[in-house]
Amino acid sequence: MTGFIVLGGLVLLLVILLFWFIGMYNVLVRRRIDCDNGWSQIDVQLKRRYDLIPNLVETVKGYAAHEKGTLEAVVSARARAVTVTSDAAHAGEKAAAENLLTQALGRLIAIAEAYPTLKADVNFARLQEELSSTENKVGFARQHFNDVVARYEESRQAFPTNLVAGAFNFEQRGYFKVEEAAAREAPKVKFT
Amino acid sequence: MNEPLQQRVRAYPGSLTYIDLIRRNRRDSMLIMIAVILLGVLVGGVIAAGLGVYAGQTADQLLPSILLGTAAALVGGLLAAAWSWFNGASAILAMSGARLIEKDQDPELFNVVEEVAIAAGLPMPRVFLISESAMNAFATGRDPEHAAVAITTGLRERLTRDELQGVMAHEMAHVRNYDIRFAMLMATMVGLIVFACDACWRIAFHGGRAGRRTSGGRKGGAVVIVLIVIAVVLAIVAPLVARFMQMAYSRSREYLADAGAVELSRNPEGLASALGKLAGDTEPLVEAANRGTAHLFIVNPLRLMRESRQSLDTLFSSHPPIQERIARLLALAR
Repeated sequence: MTGFIVLGGLVLLLVILLFWFIGMYNVLVRRRIDCDNGWSQIDVQLKRRYDLIPNLVETVKGYAAHEKGTLEAVVSARARAVTVTSDAAHAGEKAAAENLLTQALGRLIAIAEAYPTLKADVNFARLQEELSSTENKVGFARQHFNDVVARYEESRQAFPTNLVAGAFNFEQRGYFKVEEAAAREAPKVKFT
Repeated sequence: MNEPLQQRVRAYPGSLTYIDLIRRNRRDSMLIMIAVILLGVLVGGVIAAGLGVYAGQTADQLLPSILLGTAAALVGGLLAAAWSWFNGASAILAMSGARLIEKDQDPELFNVVEEVAIAAGLPMPRVFLISESAMNAFATGRDPEHAAVAITTGLRERLTRDELQGVMAHEMAHVRNYDIRFAMLMATMVGLIVFACDACWRIAFHGGRAGRRTSGGRKGGAVVIVLIVIAVVLAIVAPLVARFMQMAYSRSREYLADAGAVELSRNPEGLASALGKLAGDTEPLVEAANRGTAHLFIVNPLRLMRESRQSLDTLFSSHPPIQERIARLLALAR
């Protein structure tokens, strides 16, 4: 009789442990998916910015066609940024390319100051708002990515989830950081 | 900034982060929710006992009525909660006269909302505009997938982009913390308790005299009298307690959402400056808000420039004093 009770108790304990284990595993999986998702959200916003640029260049051309140098700098910076793949391995390269693009765009917006008719263009104002908002969205998407990576890393490294993470090979995830000092010191462009 | 305010900022411990605030407030709000449910069940039981006594039941016959009353309170609460789960948000939006807008109508507002939604990692909520000159904003819905944010035209027009971002980050923090669901369910349950006690008073007032006439020599004496006293006290106190709990919950949630807004926008000054503008607005939102929906807004819509005067008002106010909120925000900005 007591044997049965002890056996039953052991089985119950094992079942509880199993569910606890499954719970921890699922938390890790969910947080890893959050990381992937967060990373692709950054890409979504970067692509949105690429899509806006041709429109903006065309609009500016209509008023200031002779600002060739500035316009071409934007077009080539965009072309370069598009070609850099955006996985974790190329994160630094991508950030540098994006940074060049931001600077070129900043100069493009700055020349608008010299063209009152361009500044007054409704289409231009709309694109400018979209562009500055997209800049913010890229920044917020990166911030959110770092938030979810922090949460993932916390459960990956903290006891007892680190045991599950170790057993099932949950790999480390890196934060998004602007690697080059130059990129960090980039002039903050105000579009408004 | 005046001198006592400076002192309060210094009194706010520097080691306290918004993550600590979020943890603490999450636990508090769960406790308050449980307390409201218990209060509702208690009210149901006591009302049933009271009705039993008026119907001439003796003390030992009352137990089934009390059980029935608590069960009815649970079922009624559940039905009301289910209704507000599906219709609460649209009812609140309709009550406030809010109209859904598209991106073309206000690209900047849409972009700002989208930015903070991305920062929170949540889907884009629906955006509503309330045509009122008073300054206010709120969020509602049952979960982030069904969320909506609303802002009055008065507030929309007077904010800079940074301030608007602070306000929308505050609303998005409400969405992310599931305050919108809690607030909706709380409003329903507190409303139900107040309504039940009110209805009980009416029945007691009319039925009481009839009961006295028919039952003449009542049995059970002392126990029944004690029960009646308890019922009367509870009928007076329960609605007050319910409202008090709702408002206490709402106040702590406002601080939490302010902290969450800082976490999302990483810019405490934006919201602090917006709250400064809101503090200067004395116009109450009479048309779009009432006591039932007051706790949803970013600042108390029913306020009448009583921020500086600390009194019993603050106990039943749905919002903490704006100056206190600004002080706490600026403390986080250090």
